[in-house]
Amino acid sequence: MEQVPETKASATMERLLPGQAPVLTPGHTLETITDKIVSIVLRRPVTLGWLGGFAFFFGLLNMMLFAMAWLFYRGVGIWGINIPVGWGFAIVNFVWWVGIGHAGTLISAILLLLKQGWRNSINRFAEAMTLFAVACAGVFPLIHTGRPWLAYWLFPYPNTMGVWPQFRSPLLWDVFAVSTYATISALFWFVGLIPDLATFRDTAKNPVAKTIYGLLAMGWRGSARHWKRYESAYILLAGLATPLVLSVHTVVSFDFAISIIPGWHTTVFPPYFVAGAIYSGFAMVLVLAIPIRRFYGVEDMMTLRHLDNAAKVMLGTGLIVAYGYTMEAFYAYYSGNAYELFMFKNRMLGPMAWAYWCLILFNILIPQVLWIRKVRLNPGMLFGTSLVILFGMWLERFVIVVTSLHRDFLPSSWGMYVATRWDYAVFAGTLGLFFSAMFLFVRLMPMITIFEMRMLLPQSKLSEEVAADD
Amino acid sequence: MTEPGFVPYPVLHGVVAEFETPDSLVSACKKAHAAGYRRMDAYTPFPIEEAADAIGYEKTQVPLLTLCGGILGGLSGYLLQYWVNISAYPMNIGGRPLHSWPSFIIITFEMTILFAGITAVVSMLTLSGLPQPYHPIFNHPRFTAASRDRFFLCIEAADPKFDLDKTKQFLQATDAIDVAEVAD
Repeated sequence: MEQVPETKASATMERLLPGQAPVLTPGHTLETITDKIVSIVLRRPVTLGWLGGFAFFFGLLNMMLFAMAWLFYRGVGIWGINIPVGWGFAIVNFVWWVGIGHAGTLISAILLLLKQGWRNSINRFAEAMTLFAVACAGVFPLIHTGRPWLAYWLFPYPNTMGVWPQFRSPLLWDVFAVSTYATISALFWFVGLIPDLATFRDTAKNPVAKTIYGLLAMGWRGSARHWKRYESAYILLAGLATPLVLSVHTVVSFDFAISIIPGWHTTVFPPYFVAGAIYSGFAMVLVLAIPIRRFYGVEDMMTLRHLDNAAKVMLGTGLIVAYGYTMEAFYAYYSGNAYELFMFKNRMLGPMAWAYWCLILFNILIPQVLWIRKVRLNPGMLFGTSLVILFGMWLERFVIVVTSLHRDFLPSSWGMYVATRWDYAVFAGTLGLFFSAMFLFVRLMPMITIFEMRMLLPQSKLSEEVAADD
Repeated sequence: MTEPGFVPYPVLHGVVAEFETPDSLVSACKKAHAAGYRRMDAYTPFPIEEAADAIGYEKTQVPLLTLCGGILGGLSGYLLQYWVNISAYPMNIGGRPLHSWPSFIIITFEMTILFAGITAVVSMLTLSGLPQPYHPIFNHPRFTAASRDRFFLCIEAADPKFDLDKTKQFLQATDAIDVAEVAD
């Protein structure tokens, strides 16, 4: 980090509780913030560590392409799905990935509306995380259809067959919810990038980089009139994205809750799916943020305060999820319905009981360590807890999908579900898609929002006499 | 070779003052507005709402357009479903009425958000005239600092009150660290 002249050094103007880390380490100026974030992309050489990591995840991505080619050739029979379990890994992974995306929108939109200054350094890469997670999620319903080249039939368009989609089906609601979510997330991300791309254009020395960033910045010049419209559009997008993000996982939960399958047909699904989405999303934010802040030396911008706050959000949403599990069990008991009761007994004691108890351990018991302040301020332990939560949330969807289906109303149609290597290959492949996109992102785009970081500086605030209307 | 009306030196876009702090920029904007200048613009590395207010730009059309976009989206979402289910492709699903409005709400909601969001972004860009490949302000030798750590105020030559010498003197009397002419 560059040395900052003493005169300009001062803390941000927030009031800190005793022992609380600041959102931005004191000593930064407009120049140092800009230089630091820009230099990560424009000045830093490509390291072996980056190349190795990218190569690994890009390899996984290619494995997915191979697995998908085989899938398109042979059909979904290469997966472990069959009657009665017609929804296997594809739906589990879809719900898991969509959920992870939610934290990005929560950080960028809801925390913006709530005026949480600590969002400013983590919102950009959390939004990128949303985009890539939604892309990974989108892969699954598409390939699960069996004939993905006809996926456009899902959209309402006048066609020679004379048919229209079934608007009363939650699966179609899903198409609209997820595609709207992807579009709005991309817009939000790009609008946020425009002023920073202009900074890149003005700082880049390489003519090719200058041209590309210049084209993307679209001639942004920081005009006061433009800023005013920009701020207006940005806050409107945040206001629109807030109900949207809550609706997306609600609609995903409708895929289950609208049906009559025991274990799916409950009213607690929408709120508990949304909480679970934010829970796993914040875990992914931490899994990404902790290595990034370390390897790129941005601990002064993504401080312990960010980790602490993210951990508290996880703790809170984790408790909502725990409430959801409890209510699921209670509903099964209170309904007095033989099938519901059997489903729950089978879930807790049947052949997949290991998955249920692991998810209780990973999602409810282990995360309680976050009550301890020392854990929240210890990046290594937070990283571990987040991985546990991510795995636990994947198991949650596995339990919901598989244990509800594999022993249904008629014992003669019971079956088991065993995932094949092709299931694992596609899932690992989407991890490759997600992380290789993140690797490219941190090297090509400003991963911290430069102009919003500038606004955190005390010297960016107007003095009272100037700000006063006359 | 020279066309009629050819001017052998660059036409002036305006006079640009450079400031080091948001405070000095905003007070200069206020002074310029009070002195009767209207065709001017401030350039800053981060949004300063007071600067826009000071140069007399207080209201944007973006929220109204976004509202219209949202209403249009909601209507088109609902009417599409209504038309498909009632007349284009009526289908009996579980004995529900053809016009089973509660199942149409979700797509109506999503379309409202989608149209409103796209309208917000598109109207923000088009009202600002972006994308714009060329703007004379970039002729200022140090304008790259406007996306970094400096604040600029440009009083444009198109302003009826603009007078090269007087405007220059006016800007030099503010806290500006530099005043320069910028070609069009």
